[in-house]
Amino acid sequence: MALTGIEIFKMLPKTNCKECGFPTCLAFAMALASGKAELGACPYVSDEVKEKLAEASAPPIRPVKLGAADAVKTIGGETVQFRHEKTFFNPTLIAGLLTTAMADAEVDAKIDTFMKMQYERVGLNLRPEMFAVKDVSGDAGKFAALVKKVVDQSDALLLLCGDKPEVLKAGAEAGKDRRPILAYATDANADAMGALAKELDLPLVAKADGYDALAALTTKLTGMGLKDLLLDGGARAIKQVLQDNIVFRRAALVPKFRPFGFPVVNCVAEMTDDPMMQTLYASVCIAKYGGIVVLSDLQPHTVFPLLLQRLNVYTDPQKPMIVTQGIYPINNPDENSLIAVTTNFALTYFIVTGEIEGSKVPTWLLIKDTEGLSVMTAWAAGKFSGDDVGIFVKKSGITDKAKTRTLIIPGYAAAISGDLEEELPDWKILIGPREASHIPAFLKSL
Amino acid sequence: MAFEIPKQIYSGAIKPVTIGKGPKAITLGGETSYPFYVFEGAMPHAPRIAMEVWDVDPGEDWADPAKEPFKDVLGDPVAWAKKCVNEYGADAIALILVSTDPNGMNASPEAAAATAKKVAEAVDVPLIVYGTSNQEKDGEVLPAVAEACQGMQIIMGPVQDKNYKKIGAAALGYNHTVVANTPIDVNLAKQLNILLGQLGVKDSQILVDPTTGGLGYGMEYSYSVMERDRMAALTQEDEKLQLPILNYVGQEVWKVKECKQTDAEAPQLGDQKTRGILMEAVTAVSLLLAGSDLLILRHPDAVILVKGIIKELAS
Repeated sequence: MALTGIEIFKMLPKTNCKECGFPTCLAFAMALASGKAELGACPYVSDEVKEKLAEASAPPIRPVKLGAADAVKTIGGETVQFRHEKTFFNPTLIAGLLTTAMADAEVDAKIDTFMKMQYERVGLNLRPEMFAVKDVSGDAGKFAALVKKVVDQSDALLLLCGDKPEVLKAGAEAGKDRRPILAYATDANADAMGALAKELDLPLVAKADGYDALAALTTKLTGMGLKDLLLDGGARAIKQVLQDNIVFRRAALVPKFRPFGFPVVNCVAEMTDDPMMQTLYASVCIAKYGGIVVLSDLQPHTVFPLLLQRLNVYTDPQKPMIVTQGIYPINNPDENSLIAVTTNFALTYFIVTGEIEGSKVPTWLLIKDTEGLSVMTAWAAGKFSGDDVGIFVKKSGITDKAKTRTLIIPGYAAAISGDLEEELPDWKILIGPREASHIPAFLKSL
Repeated sequence: MAFEIPKQIYSGAIKPVTIGKGPKAITLGGETSYPFYVFEGAMPHAPRIAMEVWDVDPGEDWADPAKEPFKDVLGDPVAWAKKCVNEYGADAIALILVSTDPNGMNASPEAAAATAKKVAEAVDVPLIVYGTSNQEKDGEVLPAVAEACQGMQIIMGPVQDKNYKKIGAAALGYNHTVVANTPIDVNLAKQLNILLGQLGVKDSQILVDPTTGGLGYGMEYSYSVMERDRMAALTQEDEKLQLPILNYVGQEVWKVKECKQTDAEAPQLGDQKTRGILMEAVTAVSLLLAGSDLLILRHPDAVILVKGIIKELAS
């Protein structure tokens, strides 16, 4: 629970020494409460108070860091229930499942498929990023060998599942450079699992059926000194999973209920055997607060839709999505192909390229940096003026690629054609349609 | 002390809107909590699925996996609509009057109205009739449809800011429901509902189409506008937003590159059919969680999947 300025003031030395840069301890306390100052600025505060205040100001949902030191991924750390209230920060990790019962060839194939599923889009690499590795044989050597195989053949993050602490320990040591997550701590094994996670300094999934049991379990584990926990509410029916995810998020944020202030693991692999339904369940968990979703098998056609959905849900609504300024060839254009120009707002780019692709007309599309503004707004804001666009076209290098000197501009930017003709005297300026859906008919008419 | 779920206070509810007539009429809306938050509110009318039927053969415009289930009925909207109802269990039919596009075939309002009437007579489920979002043309076509389908209680859209008077008046005159469509903006949506109200269209005759973005192509804009819309309706008593939401998913999803690419063109994306169906179903699930009450879907397998998850989540 966040502390008020007065509550913080009571813990300060009250000497008004001014060394923190504030005139009084009270002023400093008020600044701390509103997040405008750091406690470290006070040289005299005790360690005990420091710890107390650090806890009070800790994020409501623990950010848990995973992965090798040079490829850290964070889950948790979220601050809102609805993306439009700010943004969601740390995208749900998508995991596939490997078990010690699988033959070597099957494991190899799954790892190979996993590594190939990487899709470039708006400058991002969309891909699944984790394997849940599960012990079903109770053989520590076998489990460690499987983990080592994953580490050797992929860059996957690791979620290690098993009910025997000594088996998990062997796996954790084989994968320790990736900071694997251990699963599961339950009411029955909490002491042993908690001790193991503490010894190895690894994140641990707490699993219990029902809110009271889970809260009691995470409270016990934090009492043992563990900080990086994850939640599994135990449910394996999508309706209850959705409710649990909502309840955990809301409880952690609104009353700042600490026992639920951790990222959530959703194991859809255990909810149905139907791979298509697993994708749908996973989509519920991505939209509604899952930190990790585990599917039984990752295939491009079942995972790609989730990668797009995750990209959409986790896109920061405060920032426009942009594409890089430059020349984009569509439908294999050559030196005699058409040339068109538009803005770098990602939505404009996607819609325009989609329509040009659909037309099958070979086209050079020039994307001008308008700081992510759409055509009309960019034009109104002076970021898509005739001079600007003309200079951009000259410097773009398109004249090295195409002999044609006809430039198609968006219909909504028709007003710039005069200035553009002055800036590009050798060019013919054509005004394209206002709506992207009319692009194919327009291109075919040229 | 036992854990208690922190309460979200709801001060409003979505108004129920009944579409169609007879035993297959369906009621949408009525929610008293956020979508599928059934642990703290009611969802008396689970979201429904309408299936997309074009009045022309889509030809090259549709990916092969989307055409395959309908290959015997493409170009025959009556047979197509019947197949959707009889074989695929569509709750409603959405007839898209593609032929009327002035940049395409530019069919006359009379011809389109005749087609709509034939389809309306052939099925007993509610019929949604959609124009091409060309405001001027829709303003001619949909009133003609309204007249031809007199007494059949159809649903017409998209009704937009420049043609709402023409289409709204026709809906009033012939007792149909309208779909008010605005470009992904809460305030514009509210404004159009107010204008329709001033024209005399009752809330019980309005559905809201907030404009649907395809998966990976702006879906998040629709998603957040719908969440904000539901927040305003349910927690801020914004009466003019307390109306059921319709999303036209089929076309927005299936027109994107990744749905059209064949196995040979994009081997790295796996099986085209499964991918397309799942892109449609994942978009549907996302929009359901944001507040959709009625989805227009294209592929029968996506319909089955989405109906399945609605049943699990809402019951």
